[in-house]
Amino acid sequence: MASETSSRSIAESGERAAARSDTSAGTASRTASFQVWRGAGNTGGLQSYSTSVSEGMVVLDAIHQIQAESATDLAVRWNCKAGKCGSCSAEINGVPRLMCMTRLSELDLSEPVTVEPMRAFPLVRDLVTDVSSNFRAKKRIRKFTPRPPDAPDGTWRMQQSDADRVQEFRKCIECFLCQNVCHVLRDHHLHEQFVGPRLLVHAAQLEMHPLDSLDRTGELKENHGIGYCNITKCCTKVCPEHITITDNAIIPLKERVVDKHYDPLRKLVRLMRGNKTGGGKREAARGNDARGGGNAL
Amino acid sequence: MPEYQTHEYDVLVIGARGAGLRAAIEAAHSGASVGLICKSLLGKAHTVMAEGGVAAALANVDDRDNWRVHFADTMRGGQYLNNWRMAELHAKEAPDRVRELEAWGAVFDRTADGKILQRNFGGHKYPRLAHVGDRTGLEMIRTLQDYATYQPIDVHMECTIVSLLKEGNRVTGAVGYDRDRGRFKLFAAKAVVLATGGIGRAFSVTSNSWEYTGDGHALAYNAGAALQDMEFVQFHPTGMVWPPSVRGILVTEGVRGEGGILVNREGRRFMFDDIPENYRNQTADNAEEGWRYTQGDKNARRPPELLTRDHVARAIMKEVREGRGSPHGGVFLDISWIKSKLPNAEEHIRKKLPSMYHQFKQLADIDITKEPMEVGPTTHYVMGGVRVDGDTQMSTVPGLFAAGEVGAGLHGANRLGGNSLSDLLVFGKRAGQYAAEFAGRQSSPRIDQQQADAITNAALEPFNRDTAAENPYQVEHDLQSMMQSLVGIVRREAEIREALDGLKVLRDRARKVSVTGNREYNPGWHTALDLQNLLTVSEIVAHAALERKESRGGHFRDDYPEKDPSYGKFNIVIRKGPGGDMQVTREPIPDLRPDLKQIIEENK
Repeated sequence: MASETSSRSIAESGERAAARSDTSAGTASRTASFQVWRGAGNTGGLQSYSTSVSEGMVVLDAIHQIQAESATDLAVRWNCKAGKCGSCSAEINGVPRLMCMTRLSELDLSEPVTVEPMRAFPLVRDLVTDVSSNFRAKKRIRKFTPRPPDAPDGTWRMQQSDADRVQEFRKCIECFLCQNVCHVLRDHHLHEQFVGPRLLVHAAQLEMHPLDSLDRTGELKENHGIGYCNITKCCTKVCPEHITITDNAIIPLKERVVDKHYDPLRKLVRLMRGNKTGGGKREAARGNDARGGGNAL
Repeated sequence: MPEYQTHEYDVLVIGARGAGLRAAIEAAHSGASVGLICKSLLGKAHTVMAEGGVAAALANVDDRDNWRVHFADTMRGGQYLNNWRMAELHAKEAPDRVRELEAWGAVFDRTADGKILQRNFGGHKYPRLAHVGDRTGLEMIRTLQDYATYQPIDVHMECTIVSLLKEGNRVTGAVGYDRDRGRFKLFAAKAVVLATGGIGRAFSVTSNSWEYTGDGHALAYNAGAALQDMEFVQFHPTGMVWPPSVRGILVTEGVRGEGGILVNREGRRFMFDDIPENYRNQTADNAEEGWRYTQGDKNARRPPELLTRDHVARAIMKEVREGRGSPHGGVFLDISWIKSKLPNAEEHIRKKLPSMYHQFKQLADIDITKEPMEVGPTTHYVMGGVRVDGDTQMSTVPGLFAAGEVGAGLHGANRLGGNSLSDLLVFGKRAGQYAAEFAGRQSSPRIDQQQADAITNAALEPFNRDTAAENPYQVEHDLQSMMQSLVGIVRREAEIREALDGLKVLRDRARKVSVTGNREYNPGWHTALDLQNLLTVSEIVAHAALERKESRGGHFRDDYPEKDPSYGKFNIVIRKGPGGDMQVTREPIPDLRPDLKQIIEENK
C-alpha cells in the first residue's frame, strides 16, 4: 500500500473526521453552570460556579478552570487526564464517572452540572476522598506466588489465550468507582468484612493467573466476604475500563468457593484425605463450611 | 514554630513510580529500612502513560538481537553523548529486569511458543519491546506496586518534598508536607534516592501530569548536585492535537510499530522525504518494505515512521509550518489502512491498541479502526538530569542518588522509545542497592531543626501574602506558554535570551503569589510551591540550550541547524555556584572503552 492514491484517500478521510470532530465537539464557546461540592469532614454543600466552556472539554477541564479563576483551593485529585490512572473519580450529575473522560457535550448544559465526591469513602475535602481502605484491603489478599519456572533459564511459558484471560482484570486502573457503587460498602459500610469488587477483581487475576500456585478460595469465603456480593452488577456498569466484573471475575470466584467448600462429595473426599483439597491448586482447605450458603445482604 | 511528624530511615526514596518503586524494593531486599514518598496515590504514576513497551534484548522474536545491538542502538539514538557505561549496563541488565517482572506477576503478551512477545519501535534494530497491548506502563506499575505492598516499605502517599536536608556536604534527609492535612513531615535518612521523573509541566503542550514539575531536578540542584544534558528535552512526535483540552496527550509509538503511517494534508507520506544519513542503511526505501518490517519480516528494513523521535517530531513540525498540516495543526497518523493488508484488521487494531482506540473514541469522537488520527509533537521527556556515577547512580553529592527520568546519562541527546521503562528498572534497582550499601556505612544523621524551620516557614509564606497578589495558576500558565514558544522544539539565541529575561520577571511574580483557604488539600498552595521548581528547571534548560550552539537529538537550534562534531565531545553541566548563580561548564566525555567502540563500529 501507501501508493500516493491510497495515502491521498487517508488525508481525505482525515479531513472528514476532523470536520465531524469539530461539529460533535461544539465549536462555539458558551457559559455553563456547575454545582460543585465544597467542604471537609462531615460538613459541606454544593456551591455554584460558572465558567466558559468550549470544544471537546471534559468535566475535569471545567473544574480546573473554576479552580484557576475563582476557587484556587478547590481540592481535586487527578493525574494522567487520559483515563489511565483512575485518580479523578467523582459523581457527575449523580453518576459515578471519571471526570477526565466525561465530555461536557454528553451532558445537558441547560441545567447546572453537579460534581460531587465519591460517597462511599470518607471525605478529605471538596472532591477528594480517603480511599486508603482499598490499599489496606489489598494487603489482606495473599500475594502472587508463581509455580516453579518452566525452563532451565528461569522463565515460564504461557499461551496468549491464558494471558488474555487475566489481562482483562489486570487492566483495572484502580479508580474505585466499583467500590463506590457497591451497596455492601456504600450503604452497609462493611469495609472490614467485604473487600469489594475492586479487590475481588484483584483476587480473580491472582486465582486465574497462569503462573500462580495458591488457592485463595478459603480466604475469599472466610476473610474477604465474597458471599456478601449478591451480583447486582452495579460495579460492572460503572467500570470505565469495561471490565465485566460480576460475570467474569466475581461469579467464577463464587463458583470456585462453592466447588471447594460446599460440594458434599468433595467435602467427604477432603475429610478422608485429611483436610486436603484434591487436584488443581493445592493448599490446606480452610474453614469447615459452618456458615451455610453465604451471607448476601 | 512549625510542628513535624518525624521519620527515620536508612534509605528515603522520593518518587514512587517505576524507578522509585524498583529502588525501594531493592533497598528493602538489601535489609535497609525504607521510606517511600509518593506525590500522588500509589500506582497513579505517570509511568502508566508509557504505552509502547519495555526494551530488552531478550531475542524472543529475533534471535539476532543481543545486548551489543541494544547498546549500539542506544548510543546511536543518543548521538554518542550518552554515559556509555550506563548504556552498557542498561543493555546487559534489562533482560533480567524484565524476566524478574514476570516472576512478580506481570503478564506480557506472548509469542506462539509461549515466550514474552516483543514489538518493533523507533531506533531499535530488532523487535525488542516486551509489551502488554498498549498499556505496558500500567502493567509494570501494578506489578511493582503489588510486589512492594508485601515488602517492609513505609509508603507516604500524597506527600511532597520541598527540600533536602544536609549536614556539611552530606545529605541527611528531607522536609515535605502531606497533601490531605498540610502537615509537615521531617525525614532523617542515611541515603536519599531521587526518582521524581521529569519536567514536562514547564511547557504548555505536554503529555505529563501535574506532578512533573522538576522536583527532583530542583532538589538536587539546590543541594549542590551537578545536572547535565538539560538542553535535551524530548518532544514526542505524536500527541493528540484535537480537541484543545486534550492537546498533548500521548499517542503511543506502538501505533507506528503496528504499521501506522504519517500522511500530510496533501496525502503525501512525507517521512520518506528526509532520511538521515546515519539511518539510511537501516531504513526502508519503499512502503511495501516498511510494511513487511512491521509484520516481522527479518529481511525488511524499518519504515521511516520508526526513525528516532527527535527526527520524526521535526519532520512533522516542518509539514505544519509549511502549510501541509492537518486541519487542527498536526498531521494524520493512520492505522486503519492496514485493512487493505489484513483480514479482521479492525479487531486486530482494537486488540493491539486498546487504549488508543478507547482514548480517541471517547475524547475525540474518532474511530481509529476506520479513520486517521490528528497528531503533533508534545513535550514528553527530559534526557537531562542529575549527573550520576554510571554504576552506583550516586550524584556528585555523597548519599544522594538518582534513577529514572530525573537521572541523566543513559539517553544522551535523544532517548529511544522503550528505553525509559528499562532504564527505570535497571537503574532503579542499582540506585536502591547502592543507596542501601551507602547507608550501611553511615552513622545516624543529625537533623538541623533550624534548617527545617527555615524551609517550612518559607513554604507557608504564600498564605501570609496580600490576597490581591499573584494567582499561582496564572504564573504557572504564563511560564508554560513562554517556555513552549521560546525554548520549545525549535530554538534561537535571541528567543532563549528573551526567555531568561522573562524568567526573572516570573520569579518576581512567583514571590508575590498568594493562596486562599487553609493547608488541607489545597492545590493552589501546592501549585505555588511546585512553581519554584518549575522556575529553577526552566532556567537550567534555557542556560543549557543557549550553551549548545548546534543541533543534535532533542535540541534543535534554528540558528545552528547542523550538528557540530566539536560539541560531541562534552556534556553541558550546570551547578549552583557559591553565590547562588547558575554555573555552566563543559565536561569532557571519557573515551569509549575499546571493546565498546568496536561494538559501535560493528553495528554501524
